[in-house]
Amino acid sequence: MKSHRRRSSVAMVLSAVTLTVGLAACSSTEDSARLTWYINPDGGGSNPEGGGQAQIAAQCTEAAGGAYSIEIQLLPNSASDQRQQLLRRLAGGDSGVDLMSLDPPFIPEFAQAGYLAPVPEDMVEAFTEDRVESAVTASEWDGKLVTVPFWANTQLLWYRKSVAEAAGLDLEGGNVTWEQLVEAADSQDVTIGVQANRYEGYTVWINALIAGAGGEILVNPGPALEDIELGLDSDAGREAAAIVRSVADARVGGPSMSTSDETVALNLFQDPDTSGFLVNWPYVWAAFPANGVEFIDDIGWAMYPATNDEGDPAPPYGGISIGVGAFSEHPDLAYEAAECITSHEHQLLYMVGTGNPASRASVFDEAEVVEQFPMADVIRDSLEVAVPRPQTQYYGDLSTAIQRVWSPPNGVDPDATPARSAELIMDVLRGEALL
Amino acid sequence: MSTATAPAETKTPSKDKALLSNRAKAERRLGWKLAGPAFIVMVAVTAWPILQAIWLSFFRYRLTDPDAREFVFLGNYSVIFTDPVFYQALRNTLLITVVTVAVELVLGFAIAMLMHRVVLPRRTLRTIVLIPYSIITVVSAFAWLYSFRTDTGYVNHWLNTITFGAWDSAFDWFGSWAPAMSVIMVSEIWKTTPFMSLLLLAGLAQIDGAMEEAAKVDGATFWQRLFKVILPNMKAAIMVAVLFRTLDAFRIFDNVFIMTRGANDTETLSTLAYKQTIDRVEIGMGSALSVVLFLMVFAIALIFIKGFNVDLAGSRK
Repeated sequence: MKSHRRRSSVAMVLSAVTLTVGLAACSSTEDSARLTWYINPDGGGSNPEGGGQAQIAAQCTEAAGGAYSIEIQLLPNSASDQRQQLLRRLAGGDSGVDLMSLDPPFIPEFAQAGYLAPVPEDMVEAFTEDRVESAVTASEWDGKLVTVPFWANTQLLWYRKSVAEAAGLDLEGGNVTWEQLVEAADSQDVTIGVQANRYEGYTVWINALIAGAGGEILVNPGPALEDIELGLDSDAGREAAAIVRSVADARVGGPSMSTSDETVALNLFQDPDTSGFLVNWPYVWAAFPANGVEFIDDIGWAMYPATNDEGDPAPPYGGISIGVGAFSEHPDLAYEAAECITSHEHQLLYMVGTGNPASRASVFDEAEVVEQFPMADVIRDSLEVAVPRPQTQYYGDLSTAIQRVWSPPNGVDPDATPARSAELIMDVLRGEALL
Repeated sequence: MSTATAPAETKTPSKDKALLSNRAKAERRLGWKLAGPAFIVMVAVTAWPILQAIWLSFFRYRLTDPDAREFVFLGNYSVIFTDPVFYQALRNTLLITVVTVAVELVLGFAIAMLMHRVVLPRRTLRTIVLIPYSIITVVSAFAWLYSFRTDTGYVNHWLNTITFGAWDSAFDWFGSWAPAMSVIMVSEIWKTTPFMSLLLLAGLAQIDGAMEEAAKVDGATFWQRLFKVILPNMKAAIMVAVLFRTLDAFRIFDNVFIMTRGANDTETLSTLAYKQTIDRVEIGMGSALSVVLFLMVFAIALIFIKGFNVDLAGSRK
């Protein structure tokens, strides 16, 4: 009786599921495939006319002429929560994940786990032409293109022109170093907005500092665990640690530097009494007028600060690439849709609509973009030299371990912290430590 | 109700099987038939995941790399018990449990006494007291987070005002261990004191008013009545309330997760287990931690029930 009961309840659930799926399939036209695109929240929300990914989805559906229709699903706000949700779906073999907006650091993990459908050979050229260098690098894994570069992000240095002038800093003329910035902020009694909370943004900063000193967190990106070689315990690592510590010691990182994320840093810069400098993504340009900042004319922008006098700056790279789920029932159509989503026309629409920079270099020459983003050329230059975060399938562990050892910033010891973080990463990866 | 009374009825005759009448036997069979399906479902949804977690805890198993799954037997446990991170999380969890339960007991008792005595707006008062408990923990955690943060918070400004400027209005509550833990505990206490007071109120209501009156007539002071009459008579209710809250507090997750995500050494056992299982998708290590957490919760319940003779069934009558 028990098994009968269980069987019948299982049958009931199954039939309910089949019914729902069947009904859902009927709702679109019979010969058009329905593709589900998991998008990260952007300024457009789920509004098909909001200038965001939802609008692109609607336009591509129309352009497909019935071959496919794209339906969007909104992912959580933070990048780590987005990864979690997609990962759990894909680990369960969810065929409903056709297209997904992926944060670059998670691409290797997804690719290595076999969660991404292979990019068709004949489309590789279309997906890489006209793209900025960093966007292509970030979309690859193990020497192969595994996702389609969509939009590309990079951090700039934002500053108060009056403060820079008073401190004698020439930010329009050339690169500025972190040391000069700290000195200038200290002398003018203003702040530098940075991201040093124990979260992904802190790894972004540390990676940029190490890369700026000519180093690498991960020396040999690749799949095998036993081959992993870390470059944290190096002169570049120590230089990066010294900069983090100097910002904390000079107390120019604001009163809550150890918990500051992008928003806290932005708030700090918007405070007219203490605002001096800020490293942040270009979305802040749209945020200033929206938040009622009164000194917009006094705000300048420049290339990300250099770690030292010798090297060039290595601005952080961010953005979104489009991945196609390995369990999708229509991978070919999904790649066709990805081509439509990342077209010149749609990247332009997206940049103008949400303020997120395109991965296609030619978009930056468009009149609309030049008008709306006076700093467009700096963004493009920054994207050409931007350095992605370490590419490894163990990125999550690596990043969390770095954040843990380097927190709080005022406890960073240039001689010990980089080495300790390297040690913890290896222990964690070998399964010999908790994280 | 019917399921709760059925085992109680069959309990007495089961002491002596020979005396079991046909009717009692039939009733017992009926009881099993009625409660059986629910019992089976309960075992299926609780015992099965527990057993699976124990099994998985013997493996090194990353969800994104299932081919590399490797049997390590007690390897995960040995990592846990030799890692300082685990002991830090354990210390935090114990501290939160002891402090919050103690404070809640005192506060909750005071509120229960008030609710017990106040006659006029009785229902309104009880509703008001219960409001924090009806708020979702994540929501209350966000409310406390925002009120203590340096950019959006008002607490620093208030403290600055009442100390005539002595308090630093830019004090970073979440920047170091002690203040962060304090906010986490204050939020937890605010949220769950009503639950404690509600359980204690039920205990207070059980006390025979005549006993208290007799003590009063004999000239006992308020404190004498409290410690000699009221408290001894509601011991069972107090122990049940403390047990429930201890088990709850030991599994604290939401407040820590929202406020610090374990930064500045504020990790607790639940957030640590979450990190291994959900963030790192290390199913083996996460399961091992969950098993450890389960055993500890189990031990707490056992100590209370056996050690302090808490009669869960008795207090419910």
